[in-house]
Amino acid sequence: MHRFANPNQFLRIANPLLPWVAWLAVLSIGAGLYLGLFQAPPDYQQGETVRIMYVHVPAAWMALFCYASMAIASAMALIWRHPLGFLIAKASAPVGACFTVICLATGSLWGKPMWGTWWEWDARMTSVLILFFLYVGYMALVDAFDDATRGQRAASILALVGAVNLPIIKFSVEWWNTLHQPASVIRLDGPTIHSSMLWPLLLMIIGFTAFYLAILVVRTRSEIAAAKIRNIRLGQVHG
Amino acid sequence: MDSVSEFFAMGGYAPYIWPAYLIAAGILVALLGLSLRDLKRNENTLKTLRAERRGGAIEEAES
Repeated sequence: MHRFANPNQFLRIANPLLPWVAWLAVLSIGAGLYLGLFQAPPDYQQGETVRIMYVHVPAAWMALFCYASMAIASAMALIWRHPLGFLIAKASAPVGACFTVICLATGSLWGKPMWGTWWEWDARMTSVLILFFLYVGYMALVDAFDDATRGQRAASILALVGAVNLPIIKFSVEWWNTLHQPASVIRLDGPTIHSSMLWPLLLMIIGFTAFYLAILVVRTRSEIAAAKIRNIRLGQVHG
Repeated sequence: MDSVSEFFAMGGYAPYIWPAYLIAAGILVALLGLSLRDLKRNENTLKTLRAERRGGAIEEAES
């Protein structure tokens, strides 16, 4: 584990992976869009609006996945004092925030024709909105101190505390009587969704995950460079 | 031609479906663009700083 925590070691592994995940993202999203827009049938209840699902559900999954990665990277950075964990968490935050915005916007565009409202303060929607504020709070906090390590520590603690929101989001549709429909893919008794709709959904989820990994490599590389710049400038001031 | 306009009409739900796809595409493309711009800027700054530092070291050695 400690071997991978070295930034240069990370770059040696991550850089060759970048073109692979980038192509996986392009191909999966392309195939997912083709199946979702052209091949999948309209829903028997929701008609063509069900096609919003192929963006909405993968974006929601990524909103949770990016936050979970951020919390795990923060925990590892706090426990083992490896700066790389902070950099990975910091690189994940804007990606997760973007996916949360996509999730909320597409959900709103789906809610209007199907529920007759753009927004409802039900448990699922409110908890996802809180997730968005957690991302924004993390991003504000991590840059709020002159001393980068203090900001990283404070933001990591926020990320860990906020992780309690993840199970709340996942189970909100079961714990409370929400307007939002319950899960139909990740269920104990298996997916209740037909394979013609499940395939485009899974491809979009794979594509979005690969997109996240590609952006993560780019942003972590950028953060590593920024940290080296800070060190050189500090050396110039004190030297 | 009819089938094309039928496809874009999305059973009357076009005003909801296409904005959903466009918003998602717009946000992801913008995120990609900004991330690549930051990377390029930081790596260029780092290169300049390192070159300056090497230049400074050579000057010090010469004087």
